Amino acid sequence: MRNITLFGLITALLLSVSTVFGAGGDLGQVQKQGVNLSAILMFLVFVGGTLGITYWAAKRTKTAKDFYTAGGGITGFQNGLAIAGDFMSAASFLGFSAMVYNKGYDGLIFSISGLVGWPIVMFLMAEQLRNLGKYTFADVVTYRLEPTPIRSMAACGSLVTVLLYLIAQMVGAGQLIQLLFGLEYWIAVVLVGVLMILYVTFGGMLATTWVQITKAVLLLSGATFMAFMVMYKYGFSFEALFTQATVVHKDKLAILAPGGLVSDPLSTISMGLGWMFGTAGLPHILMRFFTVSDAKEARKSVLYATGFIGYFYLLIFVIGFGAIVMVSTNPEYLADAAKGTLKGGGNMPAVHLAHAVGGDIFLGFISAVAFATILAVVSGLTLAGATSVSHDLYANVFRRGRANEADEMKVSKYATFALGILAIILGIQFEKQNVGFMVFLAFNVAASANFPVLLLSVYWSKLTTRGAFIGGFVGLISAVALMIIGPTIWEETLGFPKGSALIQYKYPTIFSMTLGFVAIWFFSITDKSARAQVDKDAFEAQNIRCQTGIGAEGAVSH
Amino acid sequence: MQPDMVSKVKQHPKYRELLAKRTVFSWILTFVMCAIYYGFILLVAFRKDVLKTPIADNSIITIGIPLGVLVILSAFILTGIYTWRANGTFDDLTREIKKDVQ
Repeated sequence: MRNITLFGLITALLLSVSTVFGAGGDLGQVQKQGVNLSAILMFLVFVGGTLGITYWAAKRTKTAKDFYTAGGGITGFQNGLAIAGDFMSAASFLGFSAMVYNKGYDGLIFSISGLVGWPIVMFLMAEQLRNLGKYTFADVVTYRLEPTPIRSMAACGSLVTVLLYLIAQMVGAGQLIQLLFGLEYWIAVVLVGVLMILYVTFGGMLATTWVQITKAVLLLSGATFMAFMVMYKYGFSFEALFTQATVVHKDKLAILAPGGLVSDPLSTISMGLGWMFGTAGLPHILMRFFTVSDAKEARKSVLYATGFIGYFYLLIFVIGFGAIVMVSTNPEYLADAAKGTLKGGGNMPAVHLAHAVGGDIFLGFISAVAFATILAVVSGLTLAGATSVSHDLYANVFRRGRANEADEMKVSKYATFALGILAIILGIQFEKQNVGFMVFLAFNVAASANFPVLLLSVYWSKLTTRGAFIGGFVGLISAVALMIIGPTIWEETLGFPKGSALIQYKYPTIFSMTLGFVAIWFFSITDKSARAQVDKDAFEAQNIRCQTGIGAEGAVSH
Repeated sequence: MQPDMVSKVKQHPKYRELLAKRTVFSWILTFVMCAIYYGFILLVAFRKDVLKTPIADNSIITIGIPLGVLVILSAFILTGIYTWRANGTFDDLTREIKKDVQ
């Protein structure tokens, strides 16, 4: 296994070395055929390697605990890398660098908003989750609340989040692969779907984790190389890089300061809330905390993850500016030189920059990494979704906690398969739609429905089943509804005239999250039922386990 | 968890100490992170002119750039501070509680 990751690293290193010597000078005509070939070859190496991982993992995945949490034996460092792998999606690699490319500084604001959720996860969630939960965040929420209604609610929140995120990833995958590898859109989507079903069904969390780790290492090395080459060209002077960027960019000096992204403060704060607390409510991320052995490792995971993600975002900033100076000025990459539009669409700056700094082979490498990134993220999402179905809905709601493990495992595999097929169908359905909003919508649901219930179940002794149930759905429904009647979906996606949206906020988190919290609070304090008393009385014992880890799920050794 | 275990831990002075220390520390750090981030966002919203100012007369780099990088670094540093304290004080307290009650 170690050899496979090592092999990836060596390939990456060799590539960097060979391209350092090949860089510089005019790159000449793009040889389309060559590009595709090296990209496809490298991608095949990745797929081969990860299928090898899956084969290895499958032999070690026997129990439900193995399947959902890799037996709880992942180390903090490994989990940190895997979390970073989960979080550094193709959307952030291509999307954030494209944002820097287009808007300059505003792209940095987005990156920062993406990162600051991590410390919050660390301070309020990571250890508590580890100590209280088993496989899903619903385990934590139902620790003292009535299992059936609360699990159903938590599973709804999880599945909505996972599906939205999954659709965005699938559409992105299809478009990217169509472009980079010259494959048909639907073939690309089917390919991603099939591979992710294979990884998850056979290798469970262990395979998913190692796919994430491999991909994180490849992506970090690739991005480091790109940023290095950009800085190398400018003698490692940011002054020189930024000066050149302001000369060639149409917005000139404005790209070095905040611009129109943040038009009004309320909207900005709301966006920040969405990214920040959405991170603390993403089921596939929360699930990662159950893969480590104890609270200490959970803590380490977040520390490493924050470090890697922060470093990655700094690289993205340099890469975006690199693309301004090296891509936007090169007619080879432009579809329409007069309008300044890029070949392959708006998300391509990082991909073209890869070619500009490292030639065809490095372009192939980055294309393969982008594909790998999508594969890894969709695998994590699918596993989280399948776990929600099998562990929360099937074993604990449908069978009232009386399902045997073999059946639960079977259901999780069917669920993986079903989710994979659903993702393929939806991915194809949404081909022509603008799905950019779906990622934020997923974060919005996570921040408004999952996060408030989770936070209050851990910290607020007076939370009751009724409060969590109603509040969770209020958060979920308002998170979705406010997005639909907002400008992003109402005007840009559904095509109603500009200005006709019922609310003019693109980022409604501040309202939906508040609604969620208020509903939980109100329906808890007014709850005089017998169950409410049970919920409150159980807090003390929960808090002891939460704080000390006494009685927490341990790791199994293999 | 057994009821007698609950009452044993509950009455343990170290448990009270752990609870108080960790709760306060976690919320302080949460507050600091929010203050840094939302302070930055408010600057972006209301004082774009500050962020637009060059860091030096002969430079085109604006204050906004190092400030943004600092926000990123602060996220990492704060998680580091938490880890350091939790690995020390909190884990020590937890170990002592566990030793006494189990």
